[in-house]
Amino acid sequence: MTDANPGATRPQVASWRLISTLAVAGALAGLAIVFVHQWSEPRIQAHRAAALREAIQEVLGGPTSYRTLWVADGRLTDVLPAGADSTEIDRVYVGDDASGAALGFAIEGERPGYQDVVGLIFGFDAGRGEVIGMKVLESKETPGLGDKIEKDSTFLAAFRGVGTPLLGVKPGAGRGEPGEVDMITGATISSRTVIDIINERLEVLLPLIEAYAAAPTDGDGP
Amino acid sequence: MTSAGPPNAAASSAGEPLLPVIETTPGHDLLRGVWRENPVLVQLLGLCPALAVTNTVANSLAMGLATFFVLLGSSVLVSSLKRLIPAEVRIAAYILIIATFVTIADMVLAALVPATHKALGAFIALIVVNCMILGRQEAFASKRPVGRAILDAVGTGVGFLIAMVMMGSIRELLGNGSWLGVPVFGQSFEPWIIMILPPGGFFTLGFILLGFGWWEGRKQKRRPGRRPWPHSVVERPEGRVA
Amino acid sequence: MSDLFWIFISAMLVNNFTLHLFLGLCPFMGVSARVETALRMGAANVFVMVITALSAWVLNTFVLTDAPYLRLISFIVVIASLVQIVEMAIKKLSPTLFRELGIFLPLITTNCAILGLAIFQTNRGYGFLEGMAFALGAGAGLTLALVLMASIRERSELSEVPALARGMGLVLIIAGSLSMAFMGFAGLLSQ
Repeated sequence: MTDANPGATRPQVASWRLISTLAVAGALAGLAIVFVHQWSEPRIQAHRAAALREAIQEVLGGPTSYRTLWVADGRLTDVLPAGADSTEIDRVYVGDDASGAALGFAIEGERPGYQDVVGLIFGFDAGRGEVIGMKVLESKETPGLGDKIEKDSTFLAAFRGVGTPLLGVKPGAGRGEPGEVDMITGATISSRTVIDIINERLEVLLPLIEAYAAAPTDGDGP
Repeated sequence: MTSAGPPNAAASSAGEPLLPVIETTPGHDLLRGVWRENPVLVQLLGLCPALAVTNTVANSLAMGLATFFVLLGSSVLVSSLKRLIPAEVRIAAYILIIATFVTIADMVLAALVPATHKALGAFIALIVVNCMILGRQEAFASKRPVGRAILDAVGTGVGFLIAMVMMGSIRELLGNGSWLGVPVFGQSFEPWIIMILPPGGFFTLGFILLGFGWWEGRKQKRRPGRRPWPHSVVERPEGRVA
Repeated sequence: MSDLFWIFISAMLVNNFTLHLFLGLCPFMGVSARVETALRMGAANVFVMVITALSAWVLNTFVLTDAPYLRLISFIVVIASLVQIVEMAIKKLSPTLFRELGIFLPLITTNCAILGLAIFQTNRGYGFLEGMAFALGAGAGLTLALVLMASIRERSELSEVPALARGMGLVLIIAGSLSMAFMGFAGLLSQ
């Protein structure tokens, strides 16, 4: 604040001028931001949609299209319930193949891991009751150890066709039960987090998915 | 901020000749920030991004460029509007201008390079509180013509970018065995994972500063009377400076 | 409840603002030479963080619902002016408290830790209680880091350090070691 502005030519400034200067500056700043926002928003939305589509493709084994199902009143519905905020409400995605048959459901979930929250999406085949793919969307787990949950090909392969509920076992200590997934040595907590997220989400959503799979043409309900 | 005390005062108490206050030339305005008064390595400003996002060269580059853009834009605007901004509200006005440019940079990065934007996360928004940018407005752009303000912003921005890429290179090379994603050391290299974790940021900058201090100290011995390195040699007790 | 506790511990220890996220480094480097100053700086930070979390929550919930792109500007303006007002109020109401904390308040209004708190809180979609737990955890973590750092620096002042290392280089390396120690807290709450 030891400003040496040439005080000689600067008389006391009226407070209305201070306020109006800031108001004009604020308005111009807001205008500039809105202008750039108009340009960038569609692109950002497109990136987000592309990322989601890619994740669903990956965990469901390449559906030709997908739809969003909202969780409302204890069931899955195609229509966003009136008055609900589309960013808040829980949802699953259902992927269809070329003939329109459902390939499976893609479900997102998150939970605290070793360092911070781990977020992932996984594919679930309701007919066979199996997890058919898993992709980590968000994780700050330790590079080189915990982040193997994103990169380790053996670990990722374990989620392509495994019965539920999942059961984490030490590598090689499995007893051939259907839900066994080999955890990663050195990343026990991170791998257990992944397994817990999937089990936790399925526990909540499985009845809803089964009900929907039994009667998918759920318009306005009975 | 209090750490970056004026080096001249300390130097004079240690029996050093004071550097005269220089009326700067355009060339000096441009080059000063690049090395001799590098914002990160010498003035220790903007440490938060310099430590937080330098775990890969790509992130360092993106952060350096975004900061460069914000600094340049704000300097141009502050310098050209300096007659319109009353002194009483100048800090608020500067922050408003900086925040506008940061918001724009944030949205443009999200639209063009979403992966990098995600990796940098909240640290793009935090460019607003980078003391380096506000400091340049208050100390330089608000008092000089636009041309000089541009030179100063370019110099400081390049200096910041150099420091960021330097940190990013050291950390990525040692911590991941690669540079800009390209493997350098081959399969047999066991990466020092600690370098891409938070402690690695502190260690890298710490050792860079120690190295510079040592280097400057040697120069000092050979050419007494030279202006010392501000943060290491200056704090020697009286009488120990050669 | 356990969620709030997790947020608190995560912000304080596992993802410590200073030692893991590098937020609030200015006070960390500048005001960490004495334990007493560090404590007061930490207290002032907790105080401003709670105000920040509160105003960020109000802005996010009631004001910025339709214009999230104006978030950064509004955060800065509102936080800075609110802290200014509170500072004046404290000066009037309790000169003692002002002497203890007051001088730090202008220093931290536009500090990365404060704005970072508001932004992280927004990005993670925290509600009111979660925001409070986050602010208290972050503030407690910052204070802890400051006090630890100040204690180490007070001791290292008495020891024979090579002249070369008597600057920020040493402080940064100490900070690195502290940060490494804090890595031990990771995994604390994942069960």
